[in-house]
Amino acid sequence: MNSIGESPAIINPAQLAEQLELANAGNQPQLPEKPLVVIEPSRSWVALNLRDLWHYRDLLYILTQRDVKIRYKQTILGAAWAIIQPLLTMLIFTVFFGSIAGLSSDNVPYPLFAYAGLLPWTFFSNALTNSGNSLVGNSNLITKVYFPRMVIPIASVGSGLVDFGIAFILLIGLMIYYATGFSLSLLMLPVLVVLTATLAIGIGMWMSALNVKYRDIRYALPFLIQLGMFASGIITPIPEKWRFLLFLNPLAAQIAAYRAAIFGKSFDWVALGVSATLTFIVLIYSAYNFRRMEKSFADVV
Amino acid sequence: MKPIIRVENLSKRYRLGAQQKLYSTLRESLTDAVRAPFRSFRGSGDGPKNSFWALKDINFEVNPGEVVGIIGRNGAGKSTLLKILSRITEPTVGKIELYGRVGSLLEVGTGFHPELTGRENIFLNGAILGMRREEIAKKFDEIVDFAEVEQFLDTPVKHYSSGMYMRLAFAVAANLEPEVLVVDEVLAVGDAEFQKKCLGKMSQVARAGRTVLFVSHNMVAVKNLCERAIYLQRGKIMLDAEVKSTVDYYLQQGIDSLAERKWAESEMPGNNVLRVKRVAVYGADKQPNEAILTTDNVIIETEFYNNLDNANLDITWDLTDNQGTHVAHIGMVCSPGKAMKKGYYRTCGVFPRNIFNTKKYILSLMFGLNQREVAYRMEDALIFDVEDDLRRGNNFSQFPGVIHPICEWQTTFLA
Repeated sequence: MNSIGESPAIINPAQLAEQLELANAGNQPQLPEKPLVVIEPSRSWVALNLRDLWHYRDLLYILTQRDVKIRYKQTILGAAWAIIQPLLTMLIFTVFFGSIAGLSSDNVPYPLFAYAGLLPWTFFSNALTNSGNSLVGNSNLITKVYFPRMVIPIASVGSGLVDFGIAFILLIGLMIYYATGFSLSLLMLPVLVVLTATLAIGIGMWMSALNVKYRDIRYALPFLIQLGMFASGIITPIPEKWRFLLFLNPLAAQIAAYRAAIFGKSFDWVALGVSATLTFIVLIYSAYNFRRMEKSFADVV
Repeated sequence: MKPIIRVENLSKRYRLGAQQKLYSTLRESLTDAVRAPFRSFRGSGDGPKNSFWALKDINFEVNPGEVVGIIGRNGAGKSTLLKILSRITEPTVGKIELYGRVGSLLEVGTGFHPELTGRENIFLNGAILGMRREEIAKKFDEIVDFAEVEQFLDTPVKHYSSGMYMRLAFAVAANLEPEVLVVDEVLAVGDAEFQKKCLGKMSQVARAGRTVLFVSHNMVAVKNLCERAIYLQRGKIMLDAEVKSTVDYYLQQGIDSLAERKWAESEMPGNNVLRVKRVAVYGADKQPNEAILTTDNVIIETEFYNNLDNANLDITWDLTDNQGTHVAHIGMVCSPGKAMKKGYYRTCGVFPRNIFNTKKYILSLMFGLNQREVAYRMEDALIFDVEDDLRRGNNFSQFPGVIHPICEWQTTFLA
């Protein structure tokens, strides 16, 4: 009776031991002098450990790819959503702010003006929302396996770039339609995109870490983003007397620069320089904060 | 020999209540800060009352090529140790030095995304486990071979059967080539054929001179795979020795269960109908502090004082498993057809051997009066673990189901 369950799968212990001995005799891996990894409680001052992040760059790439692939799965319109969002917002803005309120648009047709601001804004606000919720959304990964946690919020910003690219096609269409012409200042766009993405990573990473501990962030973030739209000059250019906003809000200066690049106007280099500096300060500050909070993610999330 | 893993004074403290309350809100932290402005954020709630040590002063070394089993009952700290080794969570005190790359299989299929195809998931999962893309590409055929999913490579995994899903997940993880492989038994799912494959893969890994840490409840698998075992109990190492002696020692321990409870005369639970003096569960011919094996007849004993004259008492056992599934509801009249006089009684009941599965069972007692009213109820009176004998064979984890009886089989040639 007891033979039930004793399938031939049972490994003979003696045989196994013999095999192990045989195998181990001449098959010792060469151990390094210093430990590869030392696991210990982290001190309050933490290193950024960028080498680790570099080692996992493939994961960053694959996670970004995953986010792109699954974003519009089971939707009818698919990637068209990337255009629909800024397009509809542009139409609404044009009706209410352009026609009814008659807000200034720097002598550019209002729809084009609005779209040129909405394009980076949609990228930024989606990237921020996604990365702010990314750690909580990937809790199954965090509690099960080690990898540099920073990969997650960064990947969710990266996947937004594809949407940006799609929505950019419509901008070109609009520029042709309104015959604004193409100037050399368009070459600044890649630089601006990198800046905006960096800013989104900086803020998003910080928010995602806070969100793990304080779920308030989930509710606060959409609200803050809404406020951000008004403070960044999306609807109408920031008036000259409020120019200080360009120095306080790194995104406002970037949005202004996008428009300058697209419409071939002169850049406000001072504001842009301040914005870039602020952007990198935010990135470094939040990266350190992230590292500090990261150790408790698996226990708290 | 120089160890590949060196664990020194490792301790991990968890805050109590973290289970119920997974995250705090900002308001709570702010009010805490306002109430106790001189106490630092981090220091709050870390007192001895609010925390417990999941691991305390763990020290051990593992040499390259060793296959070490880690055993212990639920809550002994095994998973915490694995989590620290895999760098998922940080220790509170102490350190671990690793002289080789660690691959951990705490759960297969981590990061699988249902919408992605098998092919895409192989790359995703591999990258999550720390593999480079070229590495995965090199191993790709081997993984697909092992998982036997060639035809479905470009189907989203949400359409996979659970067996296919598990096979693919294990295949990715198993083909990772770390110097140290950390394996939790939860990976041991799927059919017997697949389990055999997993075990085979693991011994292959061990044969290749790599180090394996294997956590399991299945003593047979531990004995077969490991040379050495570490027995954890309540966060401490009870024994770290050659596998047979550790497993034997573990099986002799009945701890973590409530196999016997006695009360002093003044503290006996009950009421004016009856007072309970002692309850116990044990394997026939054994002591209550010894492990109960599936092959034991299991005896449940109740000693009580009956305070009534001419009482007609009955006892009901309500047996549940540790997931709360009601296994049995069994009642018996203490003294059929005859009134019981005042006095001290003992009732024994026997569960026949080869019925229980290898898991934790909880027994609640109910005393009835005249088979009509409840005289006294004792919830969770006894908690006991049933351990395996050889029947589990190479099934890594426990058999599913609340019981695991041995059946009489017969096959007759008919035509």
